[in-house]
Amino acid sequence: MLDLQGYGPRLIEGAGVTIQLAVLSLILAILLGLLTATAKMSRNWFLHRTATVYTTVIRGVPDLVLMMLLFFGGQIGVNAISDMLYDHYDIDIYINFNAFAAGVLTIGFIFGAYMGETFRGAFMAVDNGQIEAGKAYGMSSALVFRRIRFPQMMRHALPGLSNNWMVLLKTTALVSVIGLTDMVRVAAEASRATHEPFTFLLPVAAAYLLIASVSEWIFVRLQKRYDIGFGGQ
Amino acid sequence: MLDISAWFNDLLAGNVIFTPDTLGYYWEGLVTTTQLVFLSLVAGLILAVPLAVMRSSKHKWISLPIYFYTYVFRGTPLLIQLYIIYYGVVFVDGIQETFLWPILREAFYPALIAFTLNTAAYTTEIFRGAIKATSKGEIEAARAYGMSQNLMMRRIILPSAFRRALPAYGNEVIFMLHASAIASVVTLMDLTGAARFVYARFYAPFDAFLFVAVIYLCLTFAILYFFRFLEKKLLAHLRPQNT
Repeated sequence: MLDLQGYGPRLIEGAGVTIQLAVLSLILAILLGLLTATAKMSRNWFLHRTATVYTTVIRGVPDLVLMMLLFFGGQIGVNAISDMLYDHYDIDIYINFNAFAAGVLTIGFIFGAYMGETFRGAFMAVDNGQIEAGKAYGMSSALVFRRIRFPQMMRHALPGLSNNWMVLLKTTALVSVIGLTDMVRVAAEASRATHEPFTFLLPVAAAYLLIASVSEWIFVRLQKRYDIGFGGQ
Repeated sequence: MLDISAWFNDLLAGNVIFTPDTLGYYWEGLVTTTQLVFLSLVAGLILAVPLAVMRSSKHKWISLPIYFYTYVFRGTPLLIQLYIIYYGVVFVDGIQETFLWPILREAFYPALIAFTLNTAAYTTEIFRGAIKATSKGEIEAARAYGMSQNLMMRRIILPSAFRRALPAYGNEVIFMLHASAIASVVTLMDLTGAARFVYARFYAPFDAFLFVAVIYLCLTFAILYFFRFLEKKLLAHLRPQNT
């Protein structure tokens, strides 16, 4: 049943690529988002400005355009760097800027901007007294972050985070356009080859719905976990 | 009279990529993108109002099918929806004999249909949220005046719901503008399509895509400020009063 005219295994492989891509981009986006939120709240003028420009520009340009810019421009940029290394320092390296890396970098970079906004709001929702109390206990700021700010911030950030994840998941479909063989690309190729679009595209649509439903369930559980100690609301 | 075209040619002299020729492609792309986004937003809005009313219905058999529709269209990538309609339209029985075929054969209309259905799903949920948030007092007041369900919907609930929905709807408009970039995947020459063409012709990714990114950024800001202006006008009663 899962054979789908021989495309079944490739579709499953494609689904694997989609999931890997989504999870890796999510991790990158969360890290970038934390950095951006910190920069946005800092009193340093330069950091604040850079973060603001980053979030504004990224959120004003379509994902696909950014992805093409990075993917098509990335190889040229990487080549220029390796040429320069060779000319000046005699270092001969070849870096292959592949579609997967371009996909993870672009999606992570784009959603880092959205995550930044989510985290900033969440950090500001943490009561300042909590942080002061941590400092009064003699905790270093790293420890305050790990034990006090982060766990309490996550409670407020989770709804936004889950929203961003759902959008991110759907954005991964775009990598099929820049040549990455995710499940959308396999399905589109199969539709063109067999002239049976529904046979391939509908299962892929269902797969997206399935991943979305599973992650919704995970987020509900996470929210429960982070709500501990807050009256279980 | 200033000779604008001479001035323009002067400006572009010595520029290999941005000749009047390629700028023409970008201009056509801008027109296509604008048409696509504007038409799908209008059609989506017209669809979304009755759907949102049905979605807010107390009767499960009315609201559930609508929920299923919005769940599917919000839960799957727009690209998949576009592919299904673009590749699938050929297989609708007998469609090639009808008068619709010359229209549907081109990529523009399948894209328009996909975008419309997608934005209608999101807009339905935005409006539903706004309808649900109508304060009880307003509804009770309308009932006390003896308004029928329909009259209450028309005069009390919908006008205030539209205003509440405005900020979220502004985001949806921007989202639609950005989502429209995938029209270039089904061979449409929209803004992104023009950029891809220029990239392919000159192998100049930075020039081609940065230029189009700036255009999108300007469009985004234009929409943003338009909605801010609307909010200021229509939500004036919610602003804190300075006395």
